[in-house]
Amino acid sequence: MKIKRGIALVAGLLAASGLSFAQDELVGAGATFPYPLYSKMFSVYGQEYGVKVNYQSIGSGGGIQQLKSRTVDFGASDAFQNDEALKTFPAAVLHIPVVAGAVVVTYNLPGSPRVRLTPELIADIFLGKITRWDDARLAAANPGAGLPKLPISVVHRSDGSGTTSVFTDYLSKVSEEWKQEVGKGTSVSWPAGVGGKGNEGVAGLVKQLPGSIGYVELIYALQNKMPQGLVRNKSGAYSEASLASTTAACAVAIPDDTRVSLADTEAPDGYPIASFTWLLVYREQSYDHRAQARADALVKMLWWMTHQGQKYAEPLQYAALPDPAVRKAERLIRSITFNGRALMKE
Amino acid sequence: MRSVRKDSGAAFRAALTLAGLAVCVLLFAIFLSLLLFSRPALLANGLRFLTGTEWNPVTERFQALAFVAGTLLTSFIALAIAAVLSLALAILLGHYLRTGLLASVLRTAVELLAGIPSVVYGFLGLFFLVPAVRALQITLRLPPYGVGVLTASVLLAFMILPYSASIGREMIRLVPEDLREAALSLGATPSEVVRKVSLPYARSGILGGLLLSLGRALGETMAVTMVIGNAHRFSLNLLAPGNTMASLIANEFTEATGEVYLASLIEIALLLLLISTAINLLGKLIVKRAGAAIQP
Repeated sequence: MKIKRGIALVAGLLAASGLSFAQDELVGAGATFPYPLYSKMFSVYGQEYGVKVNYQSIGSGGGIQQLKSRTVDFGASDAFQNDEALKTFPAAVLHIPVVAGAVVVTYNLPGSPRVRLTPELIADIFLGKITRWDDARLAAANPGAGLPKLPISVVHRSDGSGTTSVFTDYLSKVSEEWKQEVGKGTSVSWPAGVGGKGNEGVAGLVKQLPGSIGYVELIYALQNKMPQGLVRNKSGAYSEASLASTTAACAVAIPDDTRVSLADTEAPDGYPIASFTWLLVYREQSYDHRAQARADALVKMLWWMTHQGQKYAEPLQYAALPDPAVRKAERLIRSITFNGRALMKE
Repeated sequence: MRSVRKDSGAAFRAALTLAGLAVCVLLFAIFLSLLLFSRPALLANGLRFLTGTEWNPVTERFQALAFVAGTLLTSFIALAIAAVLSLALAILLGHYLRTGLLASVLRTAVELLAGIPSVVYGFLGLFFLVPAVRALQITLRLPPYGVGVLTASVLLAFMILPYSASIGREMIRLVPEDLREAALSLGATPSEVVRKVSLPYARSGILGGLLLSLGRALGETMAVTMVIGNAHRFSLNLLAPGNTMASLIANEFTEATGEVYLASLIEIALLLLLISTAINLLGKLIVKRAGAAIQP
């Protein structure tokens, strides 16, 4: 009897943890960066449509693994999968953009002056080539600012993260040397500095270390009132990261599969260190004996997130999708099929 | 009646044996699954994994030496500090202060140290140890990071202290009273009794306690991650940021995309298990030698 009860208990726990598939429950896993927004969206969606969405923010890497092994309905990632990575999935995968985010360069200097940074300066600081705040090149970009005679301590993320991926994608785009020596990824081999775990780890180190420089997500910097550098964008303007300048950065020719980097775009009022964050789903939804109702629920949820759900982005300090991106997302969602038949009606 | 009693005794014994075996099976299963899941990395990295110092997820070059060095460096420095402190505590509580209020306060305090979550130690390190090390670095005109190998080692020393101190105390208390009284009656001073009777008698037990502490230091993750600086560079400079094997896994596991990357982290875990096992066996040998030495 006791053993039976034990088995029932374990089964119950498994069901509660989302390992069993109920028809009215969707399961997703992945990026931590958009988690506050997703949890708000899914909570509202659950109340309005009675579809429970269980999202586990275990990191983009974990989300992609789980999508690959088909244990979740959707994955979530801050970096898009390149062509090579896409080939490792068992079937065609779509990237549906949900919101855009930005990464700011923050620092700890007496008096928190507004530091102007060119792409070359950021790259050389993080490469460990500019080691002092009173360096001639920093002074040239900041005439009259009187930057202090302090050594620069570089702080980076120690854990793999979408934030690092966005930041290194930008650096690889603006600096050939960075591209050759370091490259881009969720974690890279940093040439200089110390690592902090999570946004809070980087922020903590920056706050403690006079003369330090690091990078955190825009939302995190805004919520914690951290100073942020003005970054020179491609058109030559020094841009401050904000929701408006992040949305502006999306003004780029978006390809049909929406896999595009928002780093250093042409937009004159755009902030150059930005990125979409995506949900990843299979184009063909009929696999592993899934019921069509489940696929229907997923498609409806995606449509809602890229349309009605967008109004929840700004209050939580994420940049909503610009119209052209929404149009592309619509086409992608319409292309999702079940046994070869489109799930969305035109 | 008799036969029933006998049967239940046999059943009890069987249950105990089964529980004991389960531990062995578990250890073997862990080893086997680490081996299995690190296969892609074992093939891709080859022997360079053990000799190289580059860890680069972008180019998929995964080499462990920087982290092996970090793990061994922090663990053994912590062990050296903890050995001195715990021996002092063990002698004090096992020999001089055996009863009384102060003794029980000290004993409870040491035992409570073992129950503090490692993230709390991490915060203590960030708020007290890091500024202290930073002050030292500023005096020495070094980059004032504050975090680094030394910071992590000192923090680890306090975390592993309770194990060796508690076991050391018990071992010294176990020294037979008549031995100590005999020494005193021969005219030995109290400190001579400690040095020439109690410590030699308790030596193997004290070493065993230190071994347990070392094992804890090798695998400690969270607190180390918070204060070691997480830099993937091979360096024997104690004031520079470094990284350990356990801390690397904790940092990079969640976002490890790519088959070889993930497998390489598992290979790190496998290597950590092998190193812990090797150090443990070596330690056991030392403890055994020390135990044999006191037998006439």
